[in-house]
Amino acid sequence: MKLPQFIRATVVVLAGSLLLTGCEKPPPETVQLGYRGVGMELVANPKTLAATVAANQVPTPQPPVPAVGPKAGDIYQNVQVLGDLSVGEFTRLMAAMTEWISPEEGCNYCHVAEGFQYDTKYTKRVARVMTLMTQQANVEWGDHVGGAGVTCYTCHRGKNIPEYVWATDPGRPHAPGVMTAGQNIASVTAAYSSLPNDPLTPYLEGDEEDAATLPWRVAGQTALPNGNRSSVKQTEYIYSLMMHFSDSLGVNCTHCHNTRAFYDWEQSSPARVRAWHGIRMVREMNTKYVNQTTDWLPDHRKGPMGDPLKVNCATCHQGAYKPMLGANMVKDYPNLARTTLLEPKEETAPASETEAAAEEITEDMPAQANAGSSDQGMTAGN
Amino acid sequence: MIEYQNIFTQVQADAPDYPGVPIGKDEEHRMGGPIHSWIAGKLGDAQIGPIYLGPSGFFAFLCGFIAFEIIGLNMWASVNWDPIEFIRQLPWLALEPPPPAYGLSIPPLNDGGWWLIAGFFLTASIFLWWWRTFTISRNLGMSNYLAWAFAAAIWLYLVLGFIRPVLMGSWSEAVPFGIFPHLDWTAAFSMRYGNLFYNPFHMLSIVFLYGSAILFAMHGATILAVSRYGGDREIDQVTDIGTAGERSMLYWRWCMGFNASMESIHRWAWWFAVLTVITGGIGILLTGTVVENWYLWGVKHGIAPAYPVIDAVPVVDPMMEANP
Repeated sequence: MKLPQFIRATVVVLAGSLLLTGCEKPPPETVQLGYRGVGMELVANPKTLAATVAANQVPTPQPPVPAVGPKAGDIYQNVQVLGDLSVGEFTRLMAAMTEWISPEEGCNYCHVAEGFQYDTKYTKRVARVMTLMTQQANVEWGDHVGGAGVTCYTCHRGKNIPEYVWATDPGRPHAPGVMTAGQNIASVTAAYSSLPNDPLTPYLEGDEEDAATLPWRVAGQTALPNGNRSSVKQTEYIYSLMMHFSDSLGVNCTHCHNTRAFYDWEQSSPARVRAWHGIRMVREMNTKYVNQTTDWLPDHRKGPMGDPLKVNCATCHQGAYKPMLGANMVKDYPNLARTTLLEPKEETAPASETEAAAEEITEDMPAQANAGSSDQGMTAGN
Repeated sequence: MIEYQNIFTQVQADAPDYPGVPIGKDEEHRMGGPIHSWIAGKLGDAQIGPIYLGPSGFFAFLCGFIAFEIIGLNMWASVNWDPIEFIRQLPWLALEPPPPAYGLSIPPLNDGGWWLIAGFFLTASIFLWWWRTFTISRNLGMSNYLAWAFAAAIWLYLVLGFIRPVLMGSWSEAVPFGIFPHLDWTAAFSMRYGNLFYNPFHMLSIVFLYGSAILFAMHGATILAVSRYGGDREIDQVTDIGTAGERSMLYWRWCMGFNASMESIHRWAWWFAVLTVITGGIGILLTGTVVENWYLWGVKHGIAPAYPVIDAVPVVDPMMEANP
């Protein structure tokens, strides 16, 4: 039996349309971020979105305790950075940290049985640096972390070492006779592009002088040539960093940029300003905090080039445009959003010099730690 | 004639061995074969060979081989001569031009020198191949449409790899040899110079590129559709239109009001293809040399519309904020 031609044609057209519309299931969702027609939108696959939501659930906060009572710094020995907490708050935060960072190993991940005050384990000294770093992020870097702030959990998520950390990439082995130009190899950091495979070492650590030597703004700012000598290769470097941003946040370029004029701030979304502060925050985290552990960190916590495992965008974001999808954890742990160094009892240092004292402690820490433990290195069993 | 309604060639164009017309003294350069292949006959002529090799062909192959080897061996060296990594990473591997610091000077071999040498041999190979397109058509008594079309493509190649880098004063401005690397280079190039899509010559190049594709499809389809009336005798029909030519012209006249002629469609095709690379080359040549930011150039010349700022508080460059 032959079907009439128009029925056959209709069936073919319908089947064809179904085939095309069924290309992705479930269909992706888009959120408009910019003016209509400019393509500034967030594209998400509902399937992966569900996984992202599941991965970014905030753990139940520890039961609250009163902030009154004797200070931890006065009761316990060798409390260097959390001395200003009440004993109750201090214990509560320690419990939270255990839950966040070493749920399996418990207190012994950082502390030794001989006494909680000993700095025998490197992990305890790292925890001190990380606590200062977290407080610094919440106190000084509101432009990046916003009201939601960060806690240890933002990065650690129940793991000793956050899932996404980085160290300087030594590059792949290559014959001595060739230069690799630092690129042209499948690079996870550069989101599997052939762009420079380690944009993080130049861009995410170093002081301001180092930063000034880097190509950040390569695009021309004038219609006609105006002395801008930035090369395409330099462009590839910052492009590679941007690939890392995009990959870490699970967003595309248009999350921050209007792609018709990448350079133009006026056409960018507010997220770009936030990211701008983020670069500076992460540079400070790595340079001022993480890198001070270099001398005493055991080798298995360092990269192949001997530098400590550091922070990048993925460390906190872990594929979400906001870490923990913007959930505010700091409100339950306000002591992570303030400086908690106990003011010295002796009136030798006036209150106004507390900050200077804090810096001193920060800088001296590795030395103190070295002096305080003769067996460091052998206790790095975790 | 239903056999024409097929995606494959239905007529095996095959005949006894045919060496081609006599061309006089260069005849000894025709070598190889001929062999006959049914599969080749599905796609084109069933006879393969002889090929006119000659000095130009020999040296074109040799230079091309040298360039290919330099590029390939550099890629292989960049994964420490590991054969498995070479295959795995092949799309990512590249031979990079020298870093910017060398300018137009001759860099060490391992830092861009090989790139210059590979570029030299590749260019020599292409030029020799161009000479083949020129001399073979001359030997056959043809005019030189093919040679000039190929020259247009060479123009774009030279602009990208030689003319523009020289004008910019740095070999580093050139394209790396590599599969993904040249694509990443293209994207970075566009971003560095403020979005190539606002480059009018880039626009023209895209028009001609896509136009070439659609013309190719329209023309191929039209001729196949009227081949049952002898439409495949296209060139005869330039002057003696016949029913096939008339039907194919009427088709497009009724469809869109305007139609090419049997001659003009071939000129259209030739110009569209040639203009793709000529305009593309001009667009690249102007980038960085006389235009710094194509988007701003577009704003200046009224081709880039301004959109309203969507946020209540416009975004401000934080560096401007810090130092007003």
